[in-house]
Amino acid sequence: MTNNPFPLSKDELLAAYRTMRTIRDFEERLHVEFAKGDIPGFVHLYAGEEACATGIMMHLTDIDRIASTHRGHGHCIAKGVDVHEMMAEIYGKATGACRGKGGSMHIADLSKGMMGANGILGAGAPLICGAGLAAKFRGDGGVGITFFGDGASNQGTVLESMNLAAIWNLPVIFVVENNGYAESTSVEYATAVDSYVDRAAGFGLPGVTVDGTDFFAVHEAAGEVIRRAREGGGPALLECKTIRFFGHFEGDAQTYKAKGENDWNRENRDCLRIFANRVTSAGAVSEAEIALVDREVASLIDAAVESAKGAPLPSPRDLLTDVYVAY
Amino acid sequence: MARKISYKQAINEALDLEMRRDPTVIVLGEDIVGGAGAPGEIDAWGGVLGVTKGLHAKHGNRLMDTPLSESAYIGAAIGAAACGMRPVAELMFLDFMGVCFDQILNQAAKFKYMFGGKAKTPVVIRAMVGAGFRAAAQHSQMLTPMFTHVPGLKVVCPSNAYDAKGLLIQSIRDDDPVIFCEHKALYGSECDVPEESYAIPFGEANIVRDGKDVTIVSYGLTVHRALDAAEKLAKTGVQAEVIDLRTLSPIDWDTVIESVENTGRLVVVDEANPRCSIAGDVAAYVAQNAFGALKAAPQMVTAPHTPVPFSPVLEDLYIPSADAIAAAVNKTTARALAA
Repeated sequence: MTNNPFPLSKDELLAAYRTMRTIRDFEERLHVEFAKGDIPGFVHLYAGEEACATGIMMHLTDIDRIASTHRGHGHCIAKGVDVHEMMAEIYGKATGACRGKGGSMHIADLSKGMMGANGILGAGAPLICGAGLAAKFRGDGGVGITFFGDGASNQGTVLESMNLAAIWNLPVIFVVENNGYAESTSVEYATAVDSYVDRAAGFGLPGVTVDGTDFFAVHEAAGEVIRRAREGGGPALLECKTIRFFGHFEGDAQTYKAKGENDWNRENRDCLRIFANRVTSAGAVSEAEIALVDREVASLIDAAVESAKGAPLPSPRDLLTDVYVAY
Repeated sequence: MARKISYKQAINEALDLEMRRDPTVIVLGEDIVGGAGAPGEIDAWGGVLGVTKGLHAKHGNRLMDTPLSESAYIGAAIGAAACGMRPVAELMFLDFMGVCFDQILNQAAKFKYMFGGKAKTPVVIRAMVGAGFRAAAQHSQMLTPMFTHVPGLKVVCPSNAYDAKGLLIQSIRDDDPVIFCEHKALYGSECDVPEESYAIPFGEANIVRDGKDVTIVSYGLTVHRALDAAEKLAKTGVQAEVIDLRTLSPIDWDTVIESVENTGRLVVVDEANPRCSIAGDVAAYVAQNAFGALKAAPQMVTAPHTPVPFSPVLEDLYIPSADAIAAAVNKTTARALAA
């Protein structure tokens, strides 16, 4: 450990890298597979934002709940949802996390504390107040984390929920993943404050902004607000300034971005590359160890895609199950 | 041991009994305790019309006043339900669905199906419905059809104190989200209600009056208007059977169809606006499934297709009356109402 200046053990560093690499490869592969036309519907990719989900989720266990967004694959993976089940769900297969009834925007696994990706922007904020309330009644020390983007930060649900969490002192963290774009609209245009910390202050909450491409910054800031919430100190807001390597959805031509913006970001602000450089140059983890994780994750994603493609489709009778049907 | 209590007391009693039985039951809503943080009394209101009065003394902080943030607290109730609680959230007036409908429509109603059956959402949303309180267009609507339309929700609308208690207990124990509609004009109405706990299963309509000539189907306040009409009709020799649906989703089609097969005539009474209403739904179902039994075209008696007016003279015209129901029956029997 003499070569490790980080607040995480070598195993934890490798685990963090593995989670980020899994998210990245999952998303990069979906980008390729979606273009082939085999994946139904819409997918919104999280690539570029991996350090946010990973840095936060490393502080959580299955008793802690998260409410995610339409861009939810990274949250799911970091919260421990099975990658095979996720992939099968995105392909609309019976073996999917939701048996093919939810799809990319609705992957959930309540046994892992994952309350669902969500197709409605800002909808997770009220739900996570409920998770926090349940944890408080049970006294189990659980916390709830809701993720939302700079776009959904302007939903009334988010603002109402920050107030509710504050007055009830709920163990809830509001995480703004500010990737600069609400679909195609810039945060500068759509959000009236320069800093989300000001929004937090409006509800009497502590707020902190971090570089969302810096895993260690996210991990440290998240650790602090989560510990505080767990100990009864109440809610907080965490803004992660991040970037989105792909468009809002797959197929988005991204003409609203500056020319060369994606390339520059991949070259200079890639959270995986930044992380790997830091831990290897400090000597905490070797390049060979990083390369081994890369190979293992690559085969995991290959296997997930292959098994999803070969998995059975839902049967016609599944149309009418899992809901009360009166007609 | 039965004794007479009001619809309002029956609801209070159901909440009390379920909170005693199950520690995961919590109750939240605007002013359901009343006076939170204020210098005066705690439990100052017990709900805007006093329905939850006295429960705070028995159950303490398991009853929570909320800020006026329907999306946040209805959503929190739904989120807590997905995390193992059985919350009963009061929306005060069902008209306020407009400010929190996403949480009901896209969240609570969808979880079980959208997550492949791996989630349950045992939340009850209680709210007042109906006209007659001179409360005008935004506090008087019968919005039952809008919720009945949504798969994944269950919709309940009791017409009397006995049903209110048994159906609310069932609603709290049910694993699906339930919209529990309390007709504000019925809060004071009394009937025999057992002291002990009992649950009335969903999807079981109640035949509140037997008759052989015509079937009148209704729910909520208008069940009483239908009974008044049946009384008048009896004097003219027409025997009306009156069915109280009690739950709109699920709905007891068997009882409705069986009755129409006996009587050959159908009048559906609904306080909702007529388009895409419960009345239209029942009439269509009967026409499709018991057409051969019908001796006359089904009739619908509903509110007009207008917002609820304020002025008492107009509002009294708005709610389906016993006379309008009797007139609709006479259309199906082609007989004039005597006197």
